[in-house]
Amino acid sequence: MIKLLNQRSLVNILSKNNVLPSSRLLLNKKFHASASISAESPPPAEGFHPGVAHSQFIKKNRDEALRNPELIGTGVEHGETKKLNLFQSVNDAMSIALATDEKSVVFGEDVAFGGVFRATMGLAETFGKDRVFNTPLTEQGIAGFAIGMAAMGHTAIAEMQFADYIFPAFDQIVNEAAKYRYRSGGIFDVGGLTFRSPCSAVGHGGLYHSQSPEAFFPHASGLKVVMPRSPIQAKGLLLASIRDRNPVIFFEPKILYRAAVEHVPVGDYELPLGKAEVLKSGKDVTILGWGSQIYALENAIQIAEEKFPGLSCELIDLRTIFPWDVETVVNSVNKTGRLVIAHEAPKTMGFAAEIASTVQEECFLRLEAPIQRVCGYDTPFPLVFEKFYVPDMHRCFEAIKNAVTY
Amino acid sequence: MSKILRVVRPNILANLNYGLRRNLQTSTKLCLDGVKVRSKYPGALDSYFSHELKFITPTEAIDTYRVMDENGVISHPENEPGVSQEFATKIYQDMITLNSMDNILYDAQRQGRISFYMTSYGEEGQIGSAAALTPEDVIYGQYREAGVILHRGFTLDEFMNQCYSNMHDVGKGRQMPVHYGSKKLNFQTISSPLATQIPQASGAAYALKMEGKKAVVMCYFGEGAASEGDFHPALNMAATLNCPVIFYCRNNGFAISTPSNEQYRGDGIAARGIGYGVDTIRVDGNDVWAVYNATKTARARALEHNKPILIEAMTYRVGHHSTSDDSTAYRSKQEVEDWKRLDNPITRTRKWLEAKGWWDQTKEDEFRKKIRKDILTAFSKAESVVKPPVEELFNDVYDTLPLHLQKQKREMEEHVKKYPEFYPTKAFAQKN
Repeated sequence: MIKLLNQRSLVNILSKNNVLPSSRLLLNKKFHASASISAESPPPAEGFHPGVAHSQFIKKNRDEALRNPELIGTGVEHGETKKLNLFQSVNDAMSIALATDEKSVVFGEDVAFGGVFRATMGLAETFGKDRVFNTPLTEQGIAGFAIGMAAMGHTAIAEMQFADYIFPAFDQIVNEAAKYRYRSGGIFDVGGLTFRSPCSAVGHGGLYHSQSPEAFFPHASGLKVVMPRSPIQAKGLLLASIRDRNPVIFFEPKILYRAAVEHVPVGDYELPLGKAEVLKSGKDVTILGWGSQIYALENAIQIAEEKFPGLSCELIDLRTIFPWDVETVVNSVNKTGRLVIAHEAPKTMGFAAEIASTVQEECFLRLEAPIQRVCGYDTPFPLVFEKFYVPDMHRCFEAIKNAVTY
Repeated sequence: MSKILRVVRPNILANLNYGLRRNLQTSTKLCLDGVKVRSKYPGALDSYFSHELKFITPTEAIDTYRVMDENGVISHPENEPGVSQEFATKIYQDMITLNSMDNILYDAQRQGRISFYMTSYGEEGQIGSAAALTPEDVIYGQYREAGVILHRGFTLDEFMNQCYSNMHDVGKGRQMPVHYGSKKLNFQTISSPLATQIPQASGAAYALKMEGKKAVVMCYFGEGAASEGDFHPALNMAATLNCPVIFYCRNNGFAISTPSNEQYRGDGIAARGIGYGVDTIRVDGNDVWAVYNATKTARARALEHNKPILIEAMTYRVGHHSTSDDSTAYRSKQEVEDWKRLDNPITRTRKWLEAKGWWDQTKEDEFRKKIRKDILTAFSKAESVVKPPVEELFNDVYDTLPLHLQKQKREMEEHVKKYPEFYPTKAFAQKN
C-alpha cells in the first residue's frame, strides 16, 4: 500500500520546469536563488518525497480517469481522455466554455498571448481578439468590467494574474459582485461571472506570488470559492464555476500548473460545486484539505499509517471552499471522532477556523480529540523561509499523531 | 508615418537628431527641412523630439457649452434643439415632479416616516440627458439621478415603495431609500459604494457592442466619486477596449462638505478625459438643452465610432448632501439662496417654454397642484403597505438557497416564534 517516493522531489520538478514565469515583480534571478535553496535543503525524512507526480490520486490512464462516479451521466464516461497538466486542463475548460457559449469572454492582464502561466494559449487565435483580450493593468478595473459584462447577461471569465493581486478588486468583488443580486431584489445578477486566479506557494514566490486568500471571500455572502487539486478536477470544477449562476472565484494552485499531469476526459463535463470528495476512506481520523495541500496530506497519511500500524485515515478534498460541504465533513467526523484540517493560508481566521467551529457544533459528542489545524503561520509569506512556513507533510503528520494519540 | 519611422534604425535617428540639433538651434522642435522627427518609443509614437526643456503646465480651462442663458434665451439659433412641444413639456414636467417629490420625501424623512433621503435640488437639468437616450440604452447611476429614472418612466408608486421598503419594492426592502433600480427601464440598481459603477459601465458597454446592439451605456457620477480609483480604470478600459459608453459627471461643487478645490487641482473632471484619449465636453448642467444636445451628439458618436465620451455637467448642489447632512455647517445660506434664485435649471426651462408660448402660469399652477396630489396619494399608499415577508432576508444571496442559509433561516424563524413579543412581525407580509 505504501509507496516509496524516491524520484524527483517537487522542488526539483518546479525548478526544472520553471513553473513560475517572469511576472512584473519576479525576476529570473529568483529561480536560481530558489534552486540553490532547494539544494541546501535536508533530504526528505522517512523515505518520503512529497510529489504530486506520484500521487495515487492522479489518474494515470483512461480507465482510472473515467472511473470517477461523478462523471456518470456527463457524456464523457465512455469517451476519450488525454494527458494534460493543470494549466492545459484550465485552457481546455475555457476553450469549451468559449465554444459552447457565444456570450462568453476571457480577459485580464496578458491573456491574449497565452497568459503568463500559458492557461489562455491559443484561445485568442481560435475565438478572436474580441472574445479573448488583454486589459490595462488594473485589477479593480478588470473586476468592475467583468461585473458590467455579467450584468448584461454575458459570461465573463476574468483573470487576476496572481491571487496576491486580487485585493485591489476587493471592493468590486465584496461590495458589488457578491451583493448584486441581493440588493436589486433579484432583478439583476452577475451569475455569469468567474474570476480565475493562480494561488498558493510555488517554492520561491515570496510575499506576493504565494498567497492563498480563499478565506477573505466567504465572509462576503454571495460568492462561491473553489480550488481544484488536479487537472481532471480543474476542468470539471472550472466549467461548473463558469456555468454556475453565481459569481465564483476559482483559485488555481500554480505549483500544480505543470507538476500535476493526468488523463483528463476530452469532452465537456462538470464536477459539482459545493461537494467535497472523499479521496480515501478511513475510520480513525478525518483529514481535510484543498488545493495542493492534498498532496502534503497524502504523504502525511502514508507516514502516519506506516508509523501506526492499523491506523486508518480518511482524506477529504473540500474542493469548494464556500459554500462548503458541511454534510460530508460532519458525517466523516461523526464516524472517525477526530479531525485534522490543513491549509497554506495563515492560521488566524483561516478557513480551517470556520470548519473547526462548525464541526465542534455539529459533532461535539463524537469528538475524541481537539480539532487540529495545520496552517501557515500568522506572518506574511516569506521567501527564504518557505520550507519552514508551509504546512508540509511532516507538520501534517505531527498533527495527525496529536489527534490519534490524544 | 509612425509605421515607417518604427523601422528606421535607432542609430540613423540618433545621427539625424544630432544634425538637427546643430542646424536648427532656434527651432522649438527638431526639424530637418521642416520635417519634425518623431520619437521612436512605443509608449508615445505620435510624439516629436524637442530640444526645449519645457514642462507642460495646465493652461486655460475647457469651455462650458451653453445653449440658453439664465433667462432661457438662446443666443445661437443653430443650437436650438429641434424638439416638439410635447417632448419639451414632458422634460419640464418631470423637473417639477422631481422637485415636488424631493420636497415631500425630504419632509417625510424629517418626520421620521422614511429613514433616509437625498434630494436632487439644482440638478434637475440631468433630465435633459435622459431625454437624449433611447430605452435600450443602459443606465448606471450614483444616487442623485432620480430625475433620469423618473423620465424613463419609474412611477411615483415605485419611488415611494422603494423609499418605504414595503412589499411592493422591487428591491424587496433590502437597500436604503433612493437606491432605485428597474429592469424594465434598463436602470441598473444603485449601490452606495461610490464610483464602483463606472468600470461596470465600461464592461456593460463592451457587452452591448458584442451583441451588436444599437445602444450605449450612460454612467452618472459626481465629481467627488471621480477621485475614486475606479474612475481611472473605467475611462482607461473604455478607451482601450473601444466601449460605447458615455461618462456623465455631475460636477456640483461639493462632495458632502468637501468643495471641489479640495477634490482636485486640475481643470475639473473634463480635463482628465483628454488624458485617457476620450472625447470630452464640458456643459452647463443647469441648461437642459446644453445637456440634451451634448448627450444626443455623444450618443451618436459613441455608437458610430465605438468609443467612450466624457461629459462634465457643471452645476450646483442646492440641497444638503442628504438628510443626514446640514450643509450650513460648511457653506453660507446666502450662497445657496443665490443659486436657487439666480440660476436654476427649472426656472431657465420654464422661461424658454413660456417664450415659446408652450407654458404659462395657469398650466404651472395646475400641474404643480396635480402632481403634488399624485405624489401624496402614492406616498400614503406606500406608507400603508406592509414590509416584504421576513424570509426575503435570506433570498437572492445566491440563485438558490444554500444549505447553510436554509439552516440559518430556520433558526431565525424558530427564534422569532419563541420570542414574538420582541419582533415587529405584524409589520411584515406573511410568507410568500
